[in-house]
Amino acid sequence: MSTFDYAPAPESREIARLKASYQIFIGGTFRDGSGESSKTINPADEQPLAEVAEAGPEDVDDAIGAARQAASRWARTPGRERAKYLFRIARAIQERGRELAVLESLDNGKPIRESRDTDIPLAAAHFFYYAGWADKLEYAGFGPDPKPIGVAGQIIPWNFPLLMAAWKIAPALATGNTVVLKPAETTPLTALTLAEIIAEADLPAGVVNILAGGPEVGQAIVEHAGIDKIAFTGSTEVGKIIQRTTAGTGKRLSLELGGKAANVIFDDAPIDQAVEGVVNGIFFNQGHVCCAGSRLLVQESIAEEVIDSLKRRMTTLRLGDPLDKNTDIGAINSAAQLGRIRELAAAGETEGVSRWSPPCDLPEHGFWFAPTIFTGVSQANRIAREEIFGPVLSVLTFRTPDEAVEKANNTPYGLSAGIWTEKGSRILWMADKLRAGVVWANTFNRFDPASPFGGYQESGFGREGGRHGLEAYLD
Amino acid sequence: MTALAHSSALADIGSDPAALRRFLHGLPGVDQVGAEARVAALATRSVKTTAKAWAIDAAISMIDLTTLEGADTHGKVRSLCAKATRPDPSDPSTPPVAAVCVYPDLVETAVRALAGTSVQVASVATAFPSGRASLATKLVDVAEAVRAGATEIDMVIDRGAFLAGEYGAVFEEIVAVKAACGDAHLKVILETGELATLDNVRRASWLALLAGGDFIKTSTGKVTPAATAPVALVMLEAVRDFAAASGELRGVKLAGGIRASKEAIRYLVIVNEVAGEQWLTPSLFRFGASSLLNDLLLQRHKLATGAYDSPHYVSVD
Repeated sequence: MSTFDYAPAPESREIARLKASYQIFIGGTFRDGSGESSKTINPADEQPLAEVAEAGPEDVDDAIGAARQAASRWARTPGRERAKYLFRIARAIQERGRELAVLESLDNGKPIRESRDTDIPLAAAHFFYYAGWADKLEYAGFGPDPKPIGVAGQIIPWNFPLLMAAWKIAPALATGNTVVLKPAETTPLTALTLAEIIAEADLPAGVVNILAGGPEVGQAIVEHAGIDKIAFTGSTEVGKIIQRTTAGTGKRLSLELGGKAANVIFDDAPIDQAVEGVVNGIFFNQGHVCCAGSRLLVQESIAEEVIDSLKRRMTTLRLGDPLDKNTDIGAINSAAQLGRIRELAAAGETEGVSRWSPPCDLPEHGFWFAPTIFTGVSQANRIAREEIFGPVLSVLTFRTPDEAVEKANNTPYGLSAGIWTEKGSRILWMADKLRAGVVWANTFNRFDPASPFGGYQESGFGREGGRHGLEAYLD
Repeated sequence: MTALAHSSALADIGSDPAALRRFLHGLPGVDQVGAEARVAALATRSVKTTAKAWAIDAAISMIDLTTLEGADTHGKVRSLCAKATRPDPSDPSTPPVAAVCVYPDLVETAVRALAGTSVQVASVATAFPSGRASLATKLVDVAEAVRAGATEIDMVIDRGAFLAGEYGAVFEEIVAVKAACGDAHLKVILETGELATLDNVRRASWLALLAGGDFIKTSTGKVTPAATAPVALVMLEAVRDFAAASGELRGVKLAGGIRASKEAIRYLVIVNEVAGEQWLTPSLFRFGASSLLNDLLLQRHKLATGAYDSPHYVSVD
């Protein structure tokens, strides 16, 4: 019992207006999918939330057919008209922000603080941002009369369900494409609620179609002849399969895949803020972030001090009920993901690396993993090489700036990196040398719709966000 | 601050102005944006029901109830002392505040009014609030307050000397005032609104702690901005790191501009999560305030009765 115990401050789950069942959205109407009906569960207590009618092969045909039918008219709709719909969707996301935040936390397991303050506001911001571009495409630097690609198949992951839907749908619509979107199997609810918002916004039928389902639905979309472009965010493994499938078909492709980002702390860094950035980098969203700062590279001369500070900070992290406003770390999204995190953490121990977690009671039901750091990790350890996608940090040390660059770049990935130093010249030198799509300086995991995001090497290609994000949807 | 622990000579740093300067400039920098983001995140903590009740009573017990006006009179101070001892006459379960804070010439009145209570008498001294006087004058100011019975002295540092980089001079002055305090606790006012940067706040905090200040305090209340959340964060980090390096616990006092219960509770959250729960005691954390007390009392009524009282139900001073 501590001196100052924050009383439970749970957000009411009534706010989510959870329905008993959710339907897929094709050609402007909701219907039950012809595939199997599945139950989506709350990862915090393993209780079923709702029934979801998954799409079958004919639903995929119908959805792509509807998108194709809507394509030419939508492409000819003036940009300022398209913008109206995007603005309308953005405003509706804001108006229903609380509902969407609670729904996201229920379905995904992420803390309400994050869904409320990050996921939902950013999702709305993406629609607002791309609404602004819709009537200015000829000034975006992609030629005097840029044309849409056509029908985009979009497959998104479970870590930021609504936000990833916004990242995909907003630029596609702004540039005049129609879309068929498939949310992840474990987190379909906010995307299907977004379908309601889209329907209420009177978006022309078929411009956005949303299908729930598992990998077979994704595969059917990728292989379908009616698709002109695939945009995928997810694992590198699946990304490679998609790239092989689309090779030679003429389908355009953009991939946003895994990462193993280095967060580099130099001896002249603002240490308290760097530790904060490290915590935010790896424990934000339970580490279910492709750009998570999962490798901490700290200069040897301050390693002990930084690790002590980090451990002290980690003891103040509050793990528990995702709907409690004071929760910092929520539930792991699924049993399968928890299994993978456990396996890799065990591999770290087997390889003899020292493991530490703060004292932390895990709830009895649901999928949970305590925030964990491994110290004295070497580049050869599995936990320094493979993406864990969980709240597990590997701490490595370096002696010189060159060594920091070498180690940071020693990964097949290249999505993001962080630099912590008070020296501006070193930030510029380092950012120039790091092979990562996003380099943060004295901050981490900061997102803005105006800023492009995407990877190097096995972290994928194509950019989302900003002016660059338009290019992925222009012919 | 493990690096510090290795250089066991923490106590010797102040004896050589060059070493002091090297030490203060060797402290890790503070990133303003990061510090602001951290306190903004802590401000989202939701403190309700039992936690709120605890926080309100804790905040009341941490107040240095203050009057520092040219128009202060003996009558005004006596009435403040009555309020300090029994903030809410209608509810004896309300804790008394930590101290009453007055100018040196009113210390005697406060001491008499507070005799036999737990409430301490604090006095500002050293040519408060500007600190622009000779050291000799400042020491006389302190000595008179102590002689009159003040058990806590709130001194101001020479911000001019600090900003000019004359850390040795500031250090010597704090050491001299500390000696003049005798058994009285010394709170060192940094006047962070005039130090301007968080790097300066961190350096001034360490300087005051090394020189023997029992508390570091944000402001006189006469300069804007006074206490702010990022400044509180940096000062709490300083006492935390100082404790790790030296084993000694020193306190933090936030003063100036804190008027609402909500703000006070947010500061308690920062204390709790940055310095640690052992700082959540009047011996290590204070609010220098006057109108804050009434807002805390109104919130206390609200928690007990479920309804907000009109401000007429609490005394004006």
